[in-house]
Amino acid sequence: MRATDAVGRYGENVAARHLEAAGLRVLDRNWRSPSGELDIVALDGTELVVVEVKTRRGDACGHPAEAVTELKLRRIRRLAGEWLAAHDVHPSGIRIDVVAVRVAERGAARVEHLTAVLE
Amino acid sequence: MTVGRTLAVSLVGLAGHLVDVEAYVARSLPAFMLVGLPDASLCESRDRVRAAVGSSGLSWPQRRVTVNLSPASLPKSGSGFDLAIAVATLAAAGLVDPAAGEGVVHIGELGLDGRLRPVRGVLPAVAAAVAAGYPRVVVPIENLREAKLVPGASVIGATSLAQVAFRYGAEIVEPDDVEPVAAARPAQPPTATRDLSDVIGQAVARHAVEIAAAGAHHLFLVGPPGAGKTMLASRLPGLLPDLTEAESVEVTSVHSLAGTFDPADGLVSRPPFEDPHHTATAAAIVGGGSGIPRPGAASRAHRGVLFMDEAPEFSGRVLQTLRQPLEHGELVIQRAGGTARYPARFQLILAANPCPCGRSIGTAPDCSCTPMARRRYFSRLSGPLLDRVDLQIDVLPVTRAEVAARGAGETSAVVAARVRAARALQTSRLAGTPWRTNGEVPGRWLRDRLGARPGLLTELDGALDRGLLTLRGADRVLRIAWTVADLAGRPAPSREDVGMAIALRTRGQSGQ
Repeated sequence: MRATDAVGRYGENVAARHLEAAGLRVLDRNWRSPSGELDIVALDGTELVVVEVKTRRGDACGHPAEAVTELKLRRIRRLAGEWLAAHDVHPSGIRIDVVAVRVAERGAARVEHLTAVLE
Repeated sequence: MTVGRTLAVSLVGLAGHLVDVEAYVARSLPAFMLVGLPDASLCESRDRVRAAVGSSGLSWPQRRVTVNLSPASLPKSGSGFDLAIAVATLAAAGLVDPAAGEGVVHIGELGLDGRLRPVRGVLPAVAAAVAAGYPRVVVPIENLREAKLVPGASVIGATSLAQVAFRYGAEIVEPDDVEPVAAARPAQPPTATRDLSDVIGQAVARHAVEIAAAGAHHLFLVGPPGAGKTMLASRLPGLLPDLTEAESVEVTSVHSLAGTFDPADGLVSRPPFEDPHHTATAAAIVGGGSGIPRPGAASRAHRGVLFMDEAPEFSGRVLQTLRQPLEHGELVIQRAGGTARYPARFQLILAANPCPCGRSIGTAPDCSCTPMARRRYFSRLSGPLLDRVDLQIDVLPVTRAEVAARGAGETSAVVAARVRAARALQTSRLAGTPWRTNGEVPGRWLRDRLGARPGLLTELDGALDRGLLTLRGADRVLRIAWTVADLAGRPAPSREDVGMAIALRTRGQSGQ
């Protein structure tokens, strides 16, 4: 496992804990289909939340949320549909969130939760 | 999250429109949207503002920033909005006190290092802000002198965005010793002393120039090369009185927008002189450019002198475009980006050789031009254009006797004093009318004013009968006659004044 993968894995764990602490129920993690991967799928009440987790060490390459491009959002949206087709879940709505995790040298990682990023 | 608000000014021609700059920071993916009809140069503002905020020691909000320039239907262009966009964004992000920048007009371009760069057109922009009831203005330090010329403005000059942000309560160290970005100084032509006493001989032409100055008449000089047409024309601005304060602001605004104004000298107080080359295009003369058009030579000569040497060599199109400003005193230019109005009340001086070879004087023994070539040469200067030029005279070559008698010529100062006196007479006579000089007054008013005086207009009527003058031409003659009388201090033109006016109108052909 490469270092960046390890950081990503760590970030996803942090994000999942953050979401659960915020009252969301995590349904699935790292769900793969031939066309891509969803980091976290969760339920916020009756609303399905598809979460993209971005983790960065330091700010040298900019804010983690900046790396979530328009193209990536469209792919997540398509994958959300595929996930629903594959599972017996019937939410009232679907929302795409981004959780930005910034890993500090020491101390706890900083987590930012951006909701409903796709317009 | 709040909305940050501040103000900027968008210039369409010389008319400034106050623009509300609003910024909204949303909790979403980081992005920077600029809406409200910005053009390409204004869209680049996003990258400058972002870098400048970072360079100022402030952290750019990692959110979705939307900046709106309203009224959103007014096309906006240029880099002068940078400062306002930065201030509104910082206010929306809570990095500065949102109340501090509200109601304050911000003008200035930002460098990537956060320093403020001077912009063009600050004078009309500040004037528009004050007129709209927002006298508090922040400008780049290099534009401070220019902005302070506007009466009633409370102007602050800033060297950098950091300085402005600190003033508005940002938690950064106050920057000091920031070297301000110097404005590009317009190249000043060497100020050679141009005195009327330099002109040798040419008593008639000198008198014509004096009359032109006194009554703000347009002037057409015809003469062989080397007779002194260009010299005479370039002496005219020196004879004109200083601009009034209102005129100064107008002229300075045009030159500020054209980038030909040095704020170190204060308001332009002397009539400008423009002498475009005869290869100039219509856009160069009347103004043009993509988007919002910029003022051309005719507008830069506003309240001054537009000298067109070798007038028949100008393209016919260029000469025709001058008819609108000659008639209305302003230019209306339509482009994709909008319609711009520029003032263009100039005094036109045309100079031409008598024929293509330039030797057709008197019976023209040396002239090698065919009659056809001569006719074609002058046909460029169309009737409608020449008809609007009050004074039309021949400038004959200087004789040896005149050269020998040199030193007798009057200086500009002496003539300018007479011109001032004549202008004072006109001002008192024309008080209560929309006109200020004889050159603007319509013929009807002049006739009414003259009343019935038998014998006074005999020669004029004769010239009209013989077809030497058009009816408009006759009106022009009356104008000149009034100016001649004003220069002589007479209350109304005499028969001699009318006779001289006819000679000055018709290149001396009335006696033939």
